[in-house]
Amino acid sequence: MARKDRMAKPAKMLLNVPAIQADFPILKRTVRDKRLVYLDSAATSQKPKQVIEATSDYYARYNANVHRAIYELGEESTREYEGAREKVADFIHAKAASEIAFTKSTTESINVIAYGYGLKGKIQKGDEILGTVMEHHSNHVPWHFVKDHKGAVLKYVDVADDGTLQLEQYDDLLTRHTKIVTVTLCSNVLGTINPVKEIAKRAHEVGAVCVVDAAQAAPHMPIDVQSLDADFLAFSGHKMLGPTGIGVLYGKAELLEETEPLLGGGEMIREVHLGWAKWNDVPYKFEGGTPNIAGAIGLGVAVDYLTKLGMDAVRAHEMEVTQYALEKFDRLKGVTTYGPKDVKKRAGVVSFTIEGAHPHDIASILDVEGICIRSGHHCAQPLMERFDLPATARASFYIYNGLDDVDALIAGIKRVQEVFA
Amino acid sequence: MAVSYEMYQEQILDHYKHPRNKGSLAGATKNARDTNPLCGDEVVLHLKVDGSDRIADVRFEGQGCAISQASASMLTTIVKGMSLGDATALDRDAILKKLGIPLSAVRLKCALLSLHVLKVALGPKPDVSK
Repeated sequence: MARKDRMAKPAKMLLNVPAIQADFPILKRTVRDKRLVYLDSAATSQKPKQVIEATSDYYARYNANVHRAIYELGEESTREYEGAREKVADFIHAKAASEIAFTKSTTESINVIAYGYGLKGKIQKGDEILGTVMEHHSNHVPWHFVKDHKGAVLKYVDVADDGTLQLEQYDDLLTRHTKIVTVTLCSNVLGTINPVKEIAKRAHEVGAVCVVDAAQAAPHMPIDVQSLDADFLAFSGHKMLGPTGIGVLYGKAELLEETEPLLGGGEMIREVHLGWAKWNDVPYKFEGGTPNIAGAIGLGVAVDYLTKLGMDAVRAHEMEVTQYALEKFDRLKGVTTYGPKDVKKRAGVVSFTIEGAHPHDIASILDVEGICIRSGHHCAQPLMERFDLPATARASFYIYNGLDDVDALIAGIKRVQEVFA
Repeated sequence: MAVSYEMYQEQILDHYKHPRNKGSLAGATKNARDTNPLCGDEVVLHLKVDGSDRIADVRFEGQGCAISQASASMLTTIVKGMSLGDATALDRDAILKKLGIPLSAVRLKCALLSLHVLKVALGPKPDVSK
Protein backbone atom coordinates (compact mmCIF):
# COMPACT_ATOMS: atom_id res chain seq x y z
CA MET A 1 0.00 0.00 0.00
CA ALA A 2 2.67 2.42 1.08
CA ARG A 3 4.68 1.63 -2.02
CA LYS A 4 1.68 2.22 -4.25
CA ASP A 5 1.09 5.63 -2.64
CA ARG A 6 4.67 6.62 -3.20
CA MET A 7 4.63 5.47 -6.82
CA ALA A 8 1.50 7.55 -7.40
CA LYS A 9 3.27 10.81 -6.57
CA PRO A 10 4.38 12.51 -9.75
CA ALA A 11 8.03 13.50 -10.37
CA LYS A 12 9.17 12.01 -7.08
CA MET A 13 12.71 10.72 -7.49
CA LEU A 14 13.23 7.18 -6.29
CA LEU A 15 16.61 7.99 -4.80
CA ASN A 16 17.35 10.91 -2.51
CA VAL A 17 19.79 12.54 -4.93
CA PRO A 18 20.85 15.50 -2.75
CA ALA A 19 21.66 13.12 0.13
CA ILE A 20 23.64 10.89 -2.24
CA GLN A 21 25.48 13.88 -3.71
CA ALA A 22 26.51 14.90 -0.20
CA ASP A 23 28.44 11.61 0.05
CA PHE A 24 30.61 12.46 -2.99
CA PRO A 25 33.34 14.97 -2.10
CA ILE A 26 34.21 15.67 -5.75
CA LEU A 27 30.70 16.94 -6.46
CA LYS A 28 31.38 19.86 -4.13
CA ARG A 29 34.06 21.25 -6.42
CA THR A 30 33.50 23.64 -9.25
CA VAL A 31 34.97 23.72 -12.74
CA ARG A 32 35.83 27.27 -13.83
CA ASP A 33 33.37 28.57 -11.25
CA LYS A 34 30.61 26.38 -12.65
CA ARG A 35 28.88 23.58 -10.79
CA LEU A 36 30.43 20.22 -11.77
CA VAL A 37 27.95 18.24 -13.85
CA TYR A 38 29.45 14.78 -14.14
CA LEU A 39 27.89 12.79 -16.98
CA ASP A 40 30.67 10.33 -17.73
CA SER A 41 29.99 7.54 -15.26
CA ALA A 42 30.05 4.95 -18.06
CA ALA A 43 33.78 5.73 -18.30
CA THR A 44 34.33 5.81 -14.57
CA SER A 45 32.05 6.66 -11.66
CA GLN A 46 32.80 9.11 -8.88
CA LYS A 47 33.50 7.71 -5.41
CA PRO A 48 31.58 8.25 -2.19
CA LYS A 49 33.51 9.22 0.93
CA GLN A 50 32.74 5.79 2.41
CA VAL A 51 34.85 4.14 -0.32
CA ILE A 52 37.62 6.73 -0.16
CA GLU A 53 37.81 6.37 3.62
CA ALA A 54 37.80 2.57 3.48
CA THR A 55 40.86 2.51 1.21
CA SER A 56 42.78 5.09 3.22
CA ASP A 57 41.73 3.33 6.42
CA TYR A 58 43.34 0.14 5.13
CA TYR A 59 46.65 1.91 4.50
CA ALA A 60 46.45 3.89 7.76
CA ARG A 61 45.44 1.09 10.12
CA TYR A 62 46.04 -2.46 8.89
CA ASN A 63 48.22 -2.48 5.77
CA ALA A 64 49.73 -5.96 5.45
CA ASN A 65 49.93 -8.51 2.68
CA VAL A 66 47.06 -10.97 2.59
CA HIS A 67 46.95 -14.73 3.20
CA ARG A 68 50.46 -15.21 4.54
CA ALA A 69 51.26 -12.67 7.25
CA ILE A 70 51.10 -14.45 10.61
CA TYR A 71 50.35 -11.41 12.70
CA GLU A 72 47.36 -9.33 13.64
CA LEU A 73 47.60 -6.81 10.78
CA GLY A 74 47.70 -9.62 8.24
CA GLU A 75 44.73 -11.30 9.89
CA GLU A 76 42.77 -8.09 9.57
CA SER A 77 43.75 -7.36 5.96
CA THR A 78 42.98 -10.94 4.94
CA ARG A 79 39.62 -10.81 6.72
CA GLU A 80 38.64 -7.57 4.97
CA TYR A 81 39.94 -8.73 1.57
CA GLU A 82 38.06 -12.03 1.77
CA GLY A 83 35.05 -10.21 3.19
CA ALA A 84 34.99 -8.08 0.05
CA ARG A 85 34.98 -11.26 -2.04
CA GLU A 86 31.92 -12.47 -0.15
CA LYS A 87 30.15 -9.14 -0.63
CA VAL A 88 30.80 -9.26 -4.37
CA ALA A 89 29.57 -12.87 -4.53
CA ASP A 90 26.34 -11.89 -2.77
CA PHE A 91 25.96 -8.81 -4.98
CA ILE A 92 25.75 -10.93 -8.15
CA HIS A 93 24.18 -13.95 -6.42
CA ALA A 94 27.07 -16.32 -7.01
CA LYS A 95 26.77 -19.70 -5.31
CA ALA A 96 30.04 -19.24 -3.42
CA ALA A 97 32.73 -16.64 -2.82
CA SER A 98 35.22 -19.05 -4.42
CA GLU A 99 33.56 -18.30 -7.76
CA ILE A 100 34.87 -14.71 -7.53
CA ALA A 101 38.44 -13.88 -8.56
CA PHE A 102 39.79 -10.37 -8.20
CA THR A 103 41.56 -8.97 -11.26
CA LYS A 104 42.55 -5.44 -12.14
CA SER A 105 39.70 -4.78 -14.56
CA THR A 106 36.98 -6.15 -16.80
CA THR A 107 39.64 -6.23 -19.49
CA GLU A 108 41.89 -8.49 -17.44
CA SER A 109 38.96 -10.71 -16.51
CA ILE A 110 38.02 -11.26 -20.15
CA ASN A 111 41.65 -11.87 -21.01
CA VAL A 112 41.83 -14.56 -18.32
CA ILE A 113 38.81 -16.28 -19.90
CA ALA A 114 40.06 -15.92 -23.48
CA TYR A 115 43.55 -17.11 -22.55
CA GLY A 116 42.85 -19.61 -19.81
CA TYR A 117 39.65 -21.18 -21.07
CA GLY A 118 40.09 -20.47 -24.79
CA LEU A 119 43.67 -20.25 -25.95
CA LYS A 120 45.26 -22.58 -23.36
CA GLY A 121 42.14 -24.62 -22.85
CA LYS A 122 39.35 -26.04 -24.87
CA ILE A 123 39.47 -24.18 -28.15
CA GLN A 124 40.74 -26.11 -31.15
CA LYS A 125 41.25 -25.09 -34.77
CA GLY A 126 37.91 -24.48 -36.45
CA ASP A 127 35.98 -24.01 -33.21
CA GLU A 128 33.70 -21.00 -33.36
CA ILE A 129 33.54 -18.07 -30.99
CA LEU A 130 30.43 -15.99 -31.40
CA GLY A 131 30.51 -12.34 -30.35
CA THR A 132 28.45 -9.31 -31.28
CA VAL A 133 29.10 -6.11 -33.21
CA MET A 134 28.28 -3.98 -30.14
CA GLU A 135 31.09 -5.25 -27.92
CA HIS A 136 33.68 -3.02 -26.27
CA HIS A 137 37.22 -3.54 -27.62
CA SER A 138 38.01 -5.47 -24.44
CA ASN A 139 35.50 -8.11 -25.53
CA HIS A 140 36.85 -8.19 -29.08
CA VAL A 141 40.63 -8.17 -28.93
CA PRO A 142 41.21 -11.05 -26.44
CA TRP A 143 39.25 -13.29 -28.83
CA HIS A 144 41.40 -12.13 -31.73
CA PHE A 145 44.29 -13.70 -29.80
CA VAL A 146 42.44 -17.02 -29.71
CA LYS A 147 41.79 -16.81 -33.44
CA ASP A 148 45.42 -15.93 -34.18
CA HIS A 149 46.97 -18.61 -31.95
CA LYS A 150 44.48 -21.46 -32.19
CA GLY A 151 42.77 -20.94 -35.54
CA ALA A 152 39.39 -20.34 -33.94
CA VAL A 153 36.72 -18.83 -36.18
CA LEU A 154 35.18 -15.56 -34.98
CA LYS A 155 31.59 -14.73 -35.87
CA TYR A 156 29.46 -11.78 -34.88
CA VAL A 157 25.79 -11.10 -34.31
CA ASP A 158 24.86 -7.81 -35.93
CA VAL A 159 22.97 -4.91 -34.39
CA ALA A 160 19.63 -3.73 -35.78
CA ASP A 161 19.07 -0.05 -36.58
CA ASP A 162 17.19 0.40 -33.30
CA GLY A 163 20.32 -0.66 -31.39
CA THR A 164 19.12 -4.12 -30.36
CA LEU A 165 20.85 -7.39 -31.22
CA GLN A 166 19.52 -9.31 -34.22
CA LEU A 167 18.54 -12.42 -32.29
CA GLU A 168 17.17 -14.30 -35.31
CA GLN A 169 20.65 -13.99 -36.79
CA TYR A 170 22.07 -15.30 -33.51
CA ASP A 171 20.07 -18.50 -33.98
CA ASP A 172 21.47 -18.90 -37.49
CA LEU A 173 25.06 -18.35 -36.36
CA LEU A 174 24.90 -20.83 -33.46
CA THR A 175 26.16 -24.23 -34.60
CA ARG A 176 27.55 -27.37 -33.03
CA HIS A 177 30.98 -25.80 -33.67
CA THR A 178 30.17 -22.83 -31.41
CA LYS A 179 32.18 -23.22 -28.22
CA ILE A 180 31.96 -19.74 -26.73
CA VAL A 181 29.29 -17.06 -26.97
CA THR A 182 30.47 -13.73 -25.62
CA VAL A 183 28.15 -10.78 -25.19
CA THR A 184 27.81 -7.57 -23.26
CA LEU A 185 24.92 -7.32 -20.85
CA CYS A 186 24.70 -3.60 -21.57
CA SER A 187 26.22 -1.61 -24.46
CA ASN A 188 28.56 1.21 -23.43
CA VAL A 189 27.52 3.20 -26.51
CA LEU A 190 23.86 2.45 -27.16
CA GLY A 191 22.83 1.59 -23.62
CA THR A 192 21.08 -1.50 -25.00
CA ILE A 193 20.39 -4.15 -22.37
CA ASN A 194 20.74 -7.52 -24.06
CA PRO A 195 18.55 -10.55 -23.23
CA VAL A 196 21.50 -12.47 -21.85
CA LYS A 197 19.39 -15.08 -20.08
CA GLU A 198 17.89 -16.10 -23.42
CA ILE A 199 21.26 -15.82 -25.18
CA ALA A 200 22.90 -18.07 -22.58
CA LYS A 201 20.05 -20.59 -22.79
CA ARG A 202 20.45 -20.95 -26.54
CA ALA A 203 24.25 -21.13 -26.22
CA HIS A 204 23.90 -23.98 -23.75
CA GLU A 205 21.61 -25.84 -26.16
CA VAL A 206 24.54 -26.22 -28.58
CA GLY A 207 27.01 -26.94 -25.79
CA ALA A 208 28.70 -23.53 -25.78
CA VAL A 209 29.59 -21.50 -22.71
CA CYS A 210 28.33 -17.95 -22.34
CA VAL A 211 30.74 -15.17 -21.35
CA VAL A 212 29.09 -11.97 -20.14
CA ASP A 213 30.69 -8.52 -20.09
CA ALA A 214 28.86 -6.81 -17.23
CA ALA A 215 31.08 -3.70 -16.99
CA GLN A 216 28.17 -1.39 -17.84
CA ALA A 217 25.50 -3.49 -16.13
CA ALA A 218 26.86 -4.37 -12.68
CA PRO A 219 26.89 -0.73 -11.49
CA HIS A 220 23.37 0.00 -12.70
CA MET A 221 21.01 -2.97 -12.35
CA PRO A 222 20.48 -6.10 -10.27
CA ILE A 223 22.52 -9.05 -11.53
CA ASP A 224 21.85 -12.66 -10.70
CA VAL A 225 24.42 -14.91 -12.35
CA GLN A 226 22.43 -18.02 -11.43
CA SER A 227 19.23 -16.71 -12.97
CA LEU A 228 21.14 -15.54 -16.08
CA ASP A 229 22.93 -18.91 -16.08
CA ALA A 230 26.09 -17.03 -17.13
CA ASP A 231 29.17 -19.25 -17.27
CA PHE A 232 31.63 -16.39 -16.90
CA LEU A 233 30.93 -12.77 -16.06
CA ALA A 234 33.29 -9.81 -15.81
CA PHE A 235 33.05 -6.30 -14.40
CA SER A 236 35.12 -3.46 -12.95
CA GLY A 237 35.10 -1.79 -9.56
CA HIS A 238 35.73 1.75 -10.74
CA LYS A 239 32.51 2.06 -12.71
CA MET A 240 30.45 1.12 -9.63
CA LEU A 241 31.73 3.60 -7.03
CA GLY A 242 34.82 1.51 -6.27
CA PRO A 243 38.52 2.29 -6.78
CA THR A 244 40.36 1.90 -10.07
CA GLY A 245 42.54 -1.15 -10.59
CA ILE A 246 40.12 -3.71 -9.18
CA GLY A 247 38.01 -5.97 -11.36
CA VAL A 248 35.94 -9.09 -10.93
CA LEU A 249 35.97 -12.40 -12.73
CA TYR A 250 33.02 -14.64 -11.96
CA GLY A 251 32.97 -18.18 -13.23
CA LYS A 252 30.98 -21.29 -12.42
CA ALA A 253 33.15 -23.38 -10.10
CA GLU A 254 33.68 -26.27 -12.52
CA LEU A 255 34.63 -23.88 -15.35
CA LEU A 256 37.12 -21.97 -13.22
CA GLU A 257 38.71 -25.34 -12.44
CA GLU A 258 39.15 -25.91 -16.18
CA THR A 259 40.58 -22.42 -16.77
CA GLU A 260 44.36 -21.92 -16.83
CA PRO A 261 45.80 -18.91 -14.98
CA LEU A 262 47.01 -15.90 -16.97
CA LEU A 263 49.59 -14.67 -14.45
CA GLY A 264 52.19 -16.96 -12.94
CA GLY A 265 53.88 -15.94 -9.71
CA GLY A 266 53.36 -15.74 -5.99
CA GLU A 267 50.01 -16.50 -4.39
CA MET A 268 48.69 -18.46 -7.37
CA ILE A 269 50.71 -21.63 -6.62
CA ARG A 270 50.36 -24.62 -4.32
CA GLU A 271 53.96 -25.74 -4.81
CA VAL A 272 56.83 -24.66 -7.04
CA HIS A 273 59.84 -26.70 -8.13
CA LEU A 274 62.59 -26.04 -10.62
CA GLY A 275 60.83 -26.20 -13.95
CA TRP A 276 57.30 -26.93 -12.79
CA ALA A 277 54.57 -25.86 -10.40
CA LYS A 278 51.11 -26.84 -9.21
CA TRP A 279 48.40 -24.23 -9.13
CA ASN A 280 46.66 -23.01 -6.06
CA ASP A 281 42.91 -23.58 -5.63
CA VAL A 282 40.27 -21.53 -7.37
CA PRO A 283 40.02 -18.53 -7.17
CA TYR A 284 43.56 -17.92 -5.86
CA LYS A 285 45.22 -19.40 -8.93
CA PHE A 286 43.95 -16.34 -10.84
CA GLU A 287 45.41 -13.86 -8.35
CA GLY A 288 49.14 -14.11 -9.01
CA GLY A 289 51.15 -11.35 -7.34
CA THR A 290 50.11 -9.20 -4.40
CA PRO A 291 46.54 -8.23 -5.21
CA ASN A 292 45.00 -4.77 -5.06
CA ILE A 293 44.03 -5.18 -1.42
CA ALA A 294 42.86 -1.61 -0.84
CA GLY A 295 40.98 -1.77 -4.14
CA ALA A 296 39.13 -4.95 -3.17
CA ILE A 297 38.22 -3.54 0.24
CA GLY A 298 37.04 -0.31 -1.39
CA LEU A 299 34.96 -2.32 -3.86
CA GLY A 300 33.39 -4.19 -0.96
CA VAL A 301 32.32 -0.88 0.56
CA ALA A 302 31.00 0.29 -2.82
CA VAL A 303 28.90 -2.88 -2.94
CA ASP A 304 27.62 -2.05 0.56
CA TYR A 305 26.69 1.45 -0.59
CA LEU A 306 24.79 0.22 -3.66
CA THR A 307 23.12 -2.58 -1.74
CA LYS A 308 21.89 -0.11 0.86
CA LEU A 309 20.31 2.00 -1.89
CA GLY A 310 18.93 -1.14 -3.48
CA MET A 311 19.81 -2.07 -7.06
CA ASP A 312 16.14 -2.03 -8.04
CA ALA A 313 15.93 1.58 -6.87
CA VAL A 314 19.19 2.43 -8.67
CA ARG A 315 17.80 0.99 -11.89
CA ALA A 316 14.44 2.74 -11.47
CA HIS A 317 16.15 6.06 -10.80
CA GLU A 318 18.27 5.78 -13.92
CA MET A 319 15.25 4.83 -16.02
CA GLU A 320 13.54 7.97 -14.82
CA VAL A 321 16.52 10.23 -15.59
CA THR A 322 17.04 8.54 -18.97
CA GLN A 323 13.37 8.87 -19.90
CA TYR A 324 13.51 12.57 -19.03
CA ALA A 325 16.71 13.00 -21.07
CA LEU A 326 15.35 11.18 -24.13
CA GLU A 327 12.22 13.34 -24.09
CA LYS A 328 14.34 16.50 -23.92
CA PHE A 329 16.63 15.24 -26.69
CA ASP A 330 13.64 14.46 -28.90
CA ARG A 331 12.64 18.11 -28.84
CA LEU A 332 16.06 19.32 -30.04
CA LYS A 333 16.37 19.99 -33.76
CA GLY A 334 19.55 18.74 -35.47
CA VAL A 335 20.39 16.32 -32.66
CA THR A 336 20.29 12.53 -33.09
CA THR A 337 20.36 9.96 -30.31
CA TYR A 338 21.24 6.29 -30.74
CA GLY A 339 19.98 3.11 -29.14
CA PRO A 340 16.57 1.81 -28.07
CA LYS A 341 13.90 4.44 -27.36
CA ASP A 342 12.24 2.30 -24.70
CA VAL A 343 13.98 2.88 -21.34
CA LYS A 344 13.03 -0.65 -20.25
CA LYS A 345 15.44 -1.90 -22.90
CA ARG A 346 18.29 0.47 -22.18
CA ALA A 347 20.49 1.85 -19.45
CA GLY A 348 21.37 5.46 -18.69
CA VAL A 349 23.85 5.85 -21.52
CA VAL A 350 22.85 8.29 -24.26
CA SER A 351 25.05 8.64 -27.34
CA PHE A 352 24.22 11.57 -29.56
CA THR A 353 25.46 13.66 -32.46
CA ILE A 354 24.77 17.27 -33.35
CA GLU A 355 24.52 18.32 -36.97
CA GLY A 356 27.55 20.43 -37.96
CA ALA A 357 29.50 19.88 -34.72
CA HIS A 358 32.08 17.16 -34.21
CA PRO A 359 31.71 15.24 -30.92
CA HIS A 360 35.08 16.48 -29.70
CA ASP A 361 33.98 20.06 -30.19
CA ILE A 362 30.74 19.26 -28.36
CA ALA A 363 32.75 17.92 -25.42
CA SER A 364 35.07 20.95 -25.44
CA ILE A 365 32.21 23.42 -25.34
CA LEU A 366 30.29 21.49 -22.66
CA ASP A 367 33.53 21.42 -20.66
CA VAL A 368 33.44 25.22 -20.55
CA GLU A 369 30.08 24.89 -18.79
CA GLY A 370 31.49 22.41 -16.26
CA ILE A 371 29.74 19.48 -17.94
CA CYS A 372 31.77 16.27 -18.35
CA ILE A 373 30.73 14.02 -21.21
CA ARG A 374 32.65 11.57 -23.38
CA SER A 375 33.36 11.89 -27.09
CA GLY A 376 34.97 9.53 -29.53
CA HIS A 377 34.49 5.93 -30.57
CA HIS A 378 34.06 4.70 -26.97
CA CYS A 379 36.36 1.72 -27.57
CA ALA A 380 33.70 0.27 -29.84
CA GLN A 381 34.99 0.91 -33.35
CA PRO A 382 33.17 -2.03 -34.99
CA LEU A 383 29.88 -0.64 -33.66
CA MET A 384 30.71 2.87 -34.86
CA GLU A 385 31.45 1.43 -38.31
CA ARG A 386 28.13 -0.41 -38.23
CA PHE A 387 26.34 2.91 -37.76
CA ASP A 388 28.76 4.68 -40.12
CA LEU A 389 29.76 7.15 -37.42
CA PRO A 390 33.32 8.44 -36.89
CA ALA A 391 32.45 9.35 -33.31
CA THR A 392 29.58 10.26 -31.01
CA ALA A 393 29.18 12.34 -27.89
CA ARG A 394 27.96 10.33 -24.90
CA ALA A 395 26.29 11.34 -21.66
CA SER A 396 25.84 8.70 -18.98
CA PHE A 397 23.90 8.91 -15.73
CA TYR A 398 24.30 7.47 -12.28
CA ILE A 399 22.84 7.66 -8.79
CA TYR A 400 24.16 11.19 -8.15
CA ASN A 401 22.60 12.68 -11.28
CA GLY A 402 19.31 14.49 -11.00
CA LEU A 403 17.03 15.95 -13.63
CA ASP A 404 18.81 19.31 -13.24
CA ASP A 405 21.94 17.66 -14.67
CA VAL A 406 19.94 16.73 -17.75
CA ASP A 407 18.69 20.33 -17.97
CA ALA A 408 22.30 21.57 -17.81
CA LEU A 409 23.27 19.15 -20.59
CA ILE A 410 20.41 20.29 -22.83
CA ALA A 411 21.29 23.96 -22.24
CA GLY A 412 24.92 23.14 -23.08
CA ILE A 413 23.90 21.44 -26.31
CA LYS A 414 21.98 24.57 -27.30
CA ARG A 415 25.15 26.55 -26.63
CA VAL A 416 27.08 24.19 -28.96
CA GLN A 417 24.49 24.80 -31.63
CA GLU A 418 24.91 28.56 -31.24
CA VAL A 419 28.68 28.32 -31.66
CA PHE A 420 28.39 26.16 -34.77
CA ALA A 421 25.31 27.87 -36.22
CA MET B 1 32.29 34.75 -22.88
CA ALA B 2 34.24 32.22 -20.88
CA VAL B 3 37.93 31.74 -21.48
CA SER B 4 37.75 28.40 -23.25
CA TYR B 5 35.35 29.60 -25.89
CA GLU B 6 38.50 31.18 -27.31
CA MET B 7 39.12 27.80 -28.86
CA TYR B 8 36.20 28.49 -31.15
CA GLN B 9 37.20 31.95 -32.34
CA GLU B 10 35.90 33.27 -35.59
CA GLN B 11 38.93 32.33 -37.70
CA ILE B 12 38.72 28.70 -36.55
CA LEU B 13 35.02 28.43 -37.25
CA ASP B 14 35.50 30.21 -40.57
CA HIS B 15 38.11 27.69 -41.76
CA TYR B 16 36.01 24.80 -40.38
CA LYS B 17 32.81 25.88 -42.09
CA HIS B 18 34.47 27.18 -45.26
CA PRO B 19 37.61 25.09 -45.69
CA ARG B 20 40.22 26.36 -48.15
CA ASN B 21 41.75 24.05 -50.75
CA LYS B 22 39.50 21.13 -49.89
CA GLY B 23 39.08 18.23 -52.29
CA SER B 24 41.11 15.89 -54.45
CA LEU B 25 43.95 17.06 -56.68
CA ALA B 26 44.48 15.68 -60.16
CA GLY B 27 48.17 15.21 -60.91
CA ALA B 28 49.25 15.27 -57.28
CA THR B 29 52.86 14.14 -56.87
CA LYS B 30 52.86 13.55 -53.12
CA ASN B 31 50.03 12.21 -50.97
CA ALA B 32 49.73 11.19 -47.35
CA ARG B 33 47.01 10.34 -44.88
CA ASP B 34 46.85 9.87 -41.14
CA THR B 35 44.28 9.69 -38.39
CA ASN B 36 44.14 10.73 -34.79
CA PRO B 37 43.02 7.53 -33.06
CA LEU B 38 41.76 9.52 -30.09
CA CYS B 39 39.17 11.51 -32.01
CA GLY B 40 38.94 9.63 -35.27
CA ASP B 41 40.09 12.82 -37.01
CA GLU B 42 41.36 12.15 -40.51
CA VAL B 43 43.49 14.34 -42.78
CA VAL B 44 44.64 13.49 -46.31
CA LEU B 45 47.03 15.85 -48.08
CA HIS B 46 47.63 16.01 -51.83
CA LEU B 47 50.59 18.06 -53.05
CA LYS B 48 51.62 18.94 -56.58
CA VAL B 49 55.33 19.76 -56.66
CA ASP B 50 56.61 21.51 -59.80
CA GLY B 51 59.97 21.26 -61.62
CA SER B 52 61.58 23.89 -59.39
CA ASP B 53 60.73 22.03 -56.16
CA ARG B 54 57.88 24.35 -55.31
CA ILE B 55 54.47 23.30 -53.99
CA ALA B 56 52.46 24.54 -56.94
CA ASP B 57 49.14 23.31 -55.59
CA VAL B 58 47.71 21.59 -52.54
CA ARG B 59 44.39 20.08 -51.46
CA PHE B 60 43.24 18.35 -48.33
CA GLU B 61 40.47 15.90 -47.58
CA GLY B 62 39.30 14.64 -44.23
CA GLN B 63 36.80 14.76 -41.46
CA GLY B 64 36.94 15.45 -37.79
CA CYS B 65 36.72 18.13 -35.17
CA ALA B 66 36.82 21.84 -35.89
CA ILE B 67 40.41 22.16 -34.62
CA SER B 68 41.82 19.39 -36.84
CA GLN B 69 39.98 20.50 -39.97
CA ALA B 70 40.58 24.24 -39.50
CA SER B 71 44.25 23.48 -38.92
CA ALA B 72 44.41 21.43 -42.15
CA SER B 73 42.72 24.23 -44.08
CA MET B 74 45.15 26.81 -42.65
CA LEU B 75 48.12 24.58 -43.40
CA THR B 76 47.19 24.45 -47.07
CA THR B 77 47.16 28.26 -47.21
CA ILE B 78 50.61 28.32 -45.59
CA VAL B 79 52.34 25.81 -47.85
CA LYS B 80 50.78 26.78 -51.18
CA GLY B 81 53.60 28.25 -53.27
CA MET B 82 56.22 27.33 -50.68
CA SER B 83 59.55 25.72 -51.61
CA LEU B 84 59.98 22.10 -50.53
CA GLY B 85 62.84 23.18 -48.27
CA ASP B 86 60.69 25.72 -46.43
CA ALA B 87 57.76 23.30 -46.18
CA THR B 88 60.00 20.58 -44.75
CA ALA B 89 61.35 23.04 -42.19
CA LEU B 90 57.86 24.13 -41.12
CA ASP B 91 57.47 23.55 -37.39
CA ARG B 92 54.56 23.30 -34.99
CA ASP B 93 54.91 26.89 -33.86
CA ALA B 94 53.99 28.10 -37.33
CA ILE B 95 50.71 26.18 -37.19
CA LEU B 96 49.93 27.06 -33.58
CA LYS B 97 50.60 30.74 -34.26
CA LYS B 98 48.23 30.64 -37.20
CA LEU B 99 45.55 28.91 -35.11
CA GLY B 100 46.10 31.50 -32.43
CA ILE B 101 44.11 29.74 -29.69
CA PRO B 102 44.92 28.14 -26.34
CA LEU B 103 44.94 24.34 -26.64
CA SER B 104 45.02 21.56 -24.08
CA ALA B 105 47.50 18.71 -24.54
CA VAL B 106 44.72 16.49 -25.86
CA ARG B 107 43.52 19.00 -28.44
CA LEU B 108 47.10 19.72 -29.50
CA LYS B 109 47.03 16.34 -31.25
CA CYS B 110 44.04 17.52 -33.28
CA ALA B 111 45.80 20.77 -34.15
CA LEU B 112 49.03 19.12 -35.28
CA LEU B 113 47.59 16.21 -37.26
CA SER B 114 47.79 18.06 -40.58
CA LEU B 115 51.43 19.06 -39.97
CA HIS B 116 52.21 15.43 -39.24
CA VAL B 117 50.59 14.41 -42.53
CA LEU B 118 52.61 17.08 -44.37
CA LYS B 119 55.83 15.68 -42.91
CA VAL B 120 54.85 12.17 -43.96
CA ALA B 121 54.05 13.41 -47.48
CA LEU B 122 57.42 15.13 -47.75
CA GLY B 123 59.14 12.06 -46.18
CA PRO B 124 61.14 9.82 -46.42
CA LYS B 125 61.59 9.55 -42.63
CA PRO B 126 60.13 12.64 -41.12
CA ASP B 127 60.81 13.55 -37.53
CA VAL B 128 57.48 14.78 -36.23
CA SER B 129 58.33 14.66 -32.58
CA LYS B 130 59.60 18.22 -32.55
